[in-house]
Amino acid sequence: MIAGLLLLIMANGLGFFWPKALVQLSLNDGTQVLGQMNAKEMIPYSNTPDAPEGKHRIQLKVGNRDLYGLDFRWIDEDAIQARSYPKDAVFVERREWGNFFGKILEVRKGSTVLASGSQSGWNALQPLVHHANEIHETIQHVETDVIGEINYEMEDIRLQLRGLNLTEHPDDQEKHSLNAQLETLQSIYEKEAETLRTLYDSLRDYSVVFIDANGQAQSLPVGQIIRVLHPNQMPWHEKALVYLSNIWMVLSEEPREANTEGGIFPAIFGTIMMVLMMSIAVVPFGILAAIYLNEYAHQGILVRFVRIAVNNLAGVPSIVFGVFGLGFFVYAVGGTLDTLFFPESLPTPTFGTGGLLWASLTLALMTVPVVIVATEEGLSAVPREYREGSLGLGATKLETLLRVVIPCAMPGILTGLILAISRATGEVAPLMLTGVVKLAPSLPLDSYFPFLHIDRKFMHLGFHIYDVGFQSPNVEAAKPMVYVTTLVLVAIVVILNLTAVALRNRMRRKYSGSTV
Amino acid sequence: MNLHMPPYSKAPATKMTPKILIQNMNFFYGATQALFDVNLEVPAQQITAFIGPSGCGKSTLLRCLNRLNDLVDGSRLEGQILLDGQDIYRADVDVTDLRTRVGIVFQKVNPFPKTIYQNVAYGPRLQKVNRRATLDDIVEKSLQGAGLWEEVKDRLHASALSLSGGQQQRLCIARALAVNPNVLLMDEPCSALDPISTAKIEELLHTLKEQLTVVIVTHNMQQAARVSDYTGFFLLGELIEYDNTKKIFTNPGDQRTEDYVTGRFG
Ligand SMILES: Nc1ncnc2c1ncn2[C@@H]1O[C@H](COP(=O)(O)OP(=O)(O)O)[C@@H](O)[C@H]1O
Ligand SMILES: [Mg+2]
Repeated sequence: MIAGLLLLIMANGLGFFWPKALVQLSLNDGTQVLGQMNAKEMIPYSNTPDAPEGKHRIQLKVGNRDLYGLDFRWIDEDAIQARSYPKDAVFVERREWGNFFGKILEVRKGSTVLASGSQSGWNALQPLVHHANEIHETIQHVETDVIGEINYEMEDIRLQLRGLNLTEHPDDQEKHSLNAQLETLQSIYEKEAETLRTLYDSLRDYSVVFIDANGQAQSLPVGQIIRVLHPNQMPWHEKALVYLSNIWMVLSEEPREANTEGGIFPAIFGTIMMVLMMSIAVVPFGILAAIYLNEYAHQGILVRFVRIAVNNLAGVPSIVFGVFGLGFFVYAVGGTLDTLFFPESLPTPTFGTGGLLWASLTLALMTVPVVIVATEEGLSAVPREYREGSLGLGATKLETLLRVVIPCAMPGILTGLILAISRATGEVAPLMLTGVVKLAPSLPLDSYFPFLHIDRKFMHLGFHIYDVGFQSPNVEAAKPMVYVTTLVLVAIVVILNLTAVALRNRMRRKYSGSTV
Repeated sequence: MNLHMPPYSKAPATKMTPKILIQNMNFFYGATQALFDVNLEVPAQQITAFIGPSGCGKSTLLRCLNRLNDLVDGSRLEGQILLDGQDIYRADVDVTDLRTRVGIVFQKVNPFPKTIYQNVAYGPRLQKVNRRATLDDIVEKSLQGAGLWEEVKDRLHASALSLSGGQQQRLCIARALAVNPNVLLMDEPCSALDPISTAKIEELLHTLKEQLTVVIVTHNMQQAARVSDYTGFFLLGELIEYDNTKKIFTNPGDQRTEDYVTGRFG
């Protein structure tokens, strides 16, 4: 069952990256359609004498959402007169409106035609697209790095000003200098904003006119185009290259168009960051608790009661942890932190809203029983002879723990961590309450002090699946993205598990294999 | 049994100074009493053997000698155990220090899952001996003392678990010797070993006796007769008879001892 599910995810997820051929269908009503074959199914109740097994229809991805309104179209096989694979059909990946399938009519600068016809248009277009992509990179740089930095500094000064106003006797001179700084920054900002405007304008210098299968023309600024391909005349090795670059794009880029296009990098990053922070919180706490329960506490009613409570905690539904995290961490702890340390930014909350830290701590709380139970099992599996041998050599209890017992219990401790990580990676419900968002404006890690922003909201693969697959306006078009995201999430869980299992087995081998 | 002797000198008539002196000792595991009024002198630089049917309290007594029984919840000791004239159960005794002076080798072979070298260096490292040369020296001497050096000198950094059972037990002896104890307790050290390994360890006992006092628990009567100088016979937590090994085995003073050493007893 699980293997089948994995195979389905793999096939759908990985197939999505392959540049499919564009097929042109001539229909009975005289119209033409151009698109990618997506699916084929039997029409229900269509058994007739000439088609005893039933008739089929195919689903075609026709793209051109700006022209047709829909990305997909079902076509009965009966309605198809001829199929062809026109060599000059182009596949255009755009920054908006999804993909465009059609042919190149002409390339223009303003209203003058630079090249017309399929082949010369193609040749003229390639360097223009390349150039436009470079401009986009510059824009990205100016927006995030340059203007981002200015904004950051301005915000900083504004906060200082507000903080100053909150004090009893604001220092006028300091206020003055801060205001002056603010003004300089403002003028720099305006200059940069002007650069940005020119850059954006230059993206509209060139345009391409495409025609769809029925000859309907559509003009598109080159700045809108990410790339143009000729899928019907590409040799397979070029397709393989495109395939690999597609994979890389999804893994490394930010999402576009309400998460249905582009990459899922922020979600991958957020997931990993959160799991790491959770591990950092859960490991010491879980291990210390287990050591106390197993080695130091007097084994009485109270300890037995605590153990039962810990075990029960592992069975509490995760959403309950989410509610607790929201109420305790976000509102109580975070709210208090805000009034104490960040009064100048109020009423905008800093820690008093969901964020990476609170989400990680909530998950840590949820997974700590697993770590405690596994560690305790590991500790009690250490043979008594080892402890007595160590104590008999003059070691204290602590030395025995640190030098013999814990190293021997390490496989058990790692098992606990593995289980905790697998559970935390796949968990979504508590995160929705404590800091996950569908689109985070910035990563929790960047070049501004203090670099790791544990108060920021973040994206998460699990939530991404939910959002893209079930909340997006264009579910059919988003389907491949859901498969890809699922695949990445499963891959992360599997990789984390395999590493930890390998590590554990190595340790096991080290601590056993006696040849008495 | 010689009834003229005072209670604590159920001991052989020896001129040697007692290394360990046990006086009126009772030991309890919770509510059950495991040892009843034991009085006994262990002479220095001799081998003393404890024999008796299993469950009679031999191990319990041995583990009292370096206070390993402290770890058992609810255990309690009455009476006194003096080591070199000092009560080892006094409140101000440093237990870890006591255990470096009184080493122990267990019935169940228990080298740590570390290398041979790390096993032997474990004790010295606890005492903050960290200089490589010093450690190397201690490791070599201890392994020689345990008669294992020749066999392992080329693979000191191999896992201790790769050694044979007999070698592992000698490694445990070397590990105990590395902290330089003056008493070595051995709880049925050969019960899990083959005859050749057993012979090697018995041989070793004779050389060890030159430097330290050995107390060995065994349920193998021939072994006690072969290796020990003095033998104590226990039954149901009581010390029935304690004397020269020769006397115990040839002319015991108690009928129960005679039954046991001649094999007429369970
Ligand atoms: N940790 C313990 N807790 C409770 N009773 C124990 C414990 N260890 C030993 N005993 C009991 O004490 C008695 C003596 O045991 P032991 O000293 O191991 O005997 P021997 O070594 O002579 O076979 C036995 O009845 C045994 O059940
Ligand atoms: Mg025993």
